[in-house]
Amino acid sequence: MKKNPMTVEELARAIRMHCVRMTGRANASHIGSALSTADLIAVLYGRFLRFDPERPDWPERDRFILSKGHACTSLYAVLAEMGYLPLAELETFYQNGSRLAGHVTHKDMPGVEVSTGSLGHGLPISTGMALAAKRDGASHRIYCMISDGECDEGSTWEAALFAPHHKLDNLVVIIDYNKIQSFGRVEDVIDLRPLAQKWQAFGWATREIDGHDLGVIEGTFGDVPFEAGKPSCIVAHTVKGKGVGFMEDKLLWHYRAPRGELMDQALAELEARK
Amino acid sequence: MRTTFLNTLFELAKEDPRIVFITGDLGFGVAERFMEELPNQFVNAGVAEQNMTGMAVGMALSGKIVFTYSIANFPTLRCLEQVRNDVCYHQADVKVVSVGGGFAYGSMGATHFATEDLGVMRMLPNLLVVAPGDPVETRYATRELVERPGPCYLRLGKAGEPVVHKGEIEFELGKAIQVRNGSDVTLMSTGGMLYNTVAAADRLASQGVHARVLSMHTLKPLDIEAVQSAAAETGAIVTIEEHSIVGGLGSAVAEVLAEADHVHARFKRLGVPPHFAPRVGSQEYMLAEHGLTPEQIASSVKDFVTARTATTAGA
Repeated sequence: MKKNPMTVEELARAIRMHCVRMTGRANASHIGSALSTADLIAVLYGRFLRFDPERPDWPERDRFILSKGHACTSLYAVLAEMGYLPLAELETFYQNGSRLAGHVTHKDMPGVEVSTGSLGHGLPISTGMALAAKRDGASHRIYCMISDGECDEGSTWEAALFAPHHKLDNLVVIIDYNKIQSFGRVEDVIDLRPLAQKWQAFGWATREIDGHDLGVIEGTFGDVPFEAGKPSCIVAHTVKGKGVGFMEDKLLWHYRAPRGELMDQALAELEARK
Repeated sequence: MRTTFLNTLFELAKEDPRIVFITGDLGFGVAERFMEELPNQFVNAGVAEQNMTGMAVGMALSGKIVFTYSIANFPTLRCLEQVRNDVCYHQADVKVVSVGGGFAYGSMGATHFATEDLGVMRMLPNLLVVAPGDPVETRYATRELVERPGPCYLRLGKAGEPVVHKGEIEFELGKAIQVRNGSDVTLMSTGGMLYNTVAAADRLASQGVHARVLSMHTLKPLDIEAVQSAAAETGAIVTIEEHSIVGGLGSAVAEVLAEADHVHARFKRLGVPPHFAPRVGSQEYMLAEHGLTPEQIASSVKDFVTARTATTAGA
């Protein structure tokens, strides 16, 4: 099993820089949504997921489902860093003929478990994977990252009802709670509060964490499952656009691409954090 | 058909632990045996078809052969995007099964009329669309689907449909079955309309009109060769379906005929107009309201064939 020698700090920064370059070059949206996931994804891939880029179909691998498919650049970036695709191929993101689509796409892309982009699909699929693993007596885990806006989707809650009933403690949902959805602040669009209590009430062993504190993230993933016989829910408080000052907590950066000088500025800021 | 499907799948599942049956909280009185004897291969997803379909894909991508099961439009239209994105795009080994095709739940109201499902499902890439004509075809189709990996929509009637095929048949997905031979006109039916279609053909025969009858149990991929042969050899085709005349068998056959070179056939669609039926009633009542009893089909076909003769004579 090949592992990237970077520390999780380095990996998180590398992911962010790839995301900025990809979205900037492509003039694509969703950089803010990708940046909020970077620390969680870096810890997951850097420390916890069992996988093998040489054997993407290895049945015992852990599964990571990025249900918030619009944050695809962070997934493509980590997969490239892990050796699933050449780093140079990230430059093809969004371009004619590319396999790196603007939403997570599995087609011809080893390491991507499922295509997402329409919200509310990832958790049901993950739940099915967790149920299959349980019934087969397999030990791998299923990690599914959803967005806060995705908690508006009824299908997310259908799965949220099902998984605890079936005691799927091999299933982990990570909510990237960056507080901004497509057309406004979550609290103004459809307020989710109290979000952790909702998942708790549905039967998930739930923890709220700072989704940018690498040590806390690592400790949290290390405790999964939080309770035997229950699926785990991590409500990760994050900041949209995290890591690039002028993007942080701004709805604008759900849409705008960091181009030209802005890209340079964003990369310089990320570089300076070394 | 429902009973035949469930019994066949149960027998197959006993031999193949990969087979999983997920129901959307339906199957009272018919699915208990599966639940009790094969609990590791049975899931009740509750009244949650989107999750049912997404989970089916998750299980299929983990090596299972998954059948989702519900009635009318619930496993199809209710979770259409899960069928499209999750099942079809991932080419997952998921078979979406609906019972109560057409007006099987005729007294239940328009919510329970599955009269657009075939058309909608037919548009989805990678999806096989199968509507067996009787319990015998259902048995063959279920077996073949288990052996054939990939997405499928299986549209069934309810329970107690008469058996049309008295003996063994040669069944192959994608291949029409000729049930009656004739040269005056070809009647093509899909799903449970096969019985009424054959009865109409027998009625027509007694009136001197000899109809070829084809059971188009596989709507997609359509047996194009059978359509072209029917056009060339009988010169007239009537499609009969318990479904909207838009999008289903009639549309599928029309597409083939419109693009066929060197073949011309007169063509007519019998089925349900694209409307919400104004009244409810038994399946028989609803079929009669839409001109789909054996007598009505025979009469429509007779008029159609006679009109051709008149036109030919006039020319």
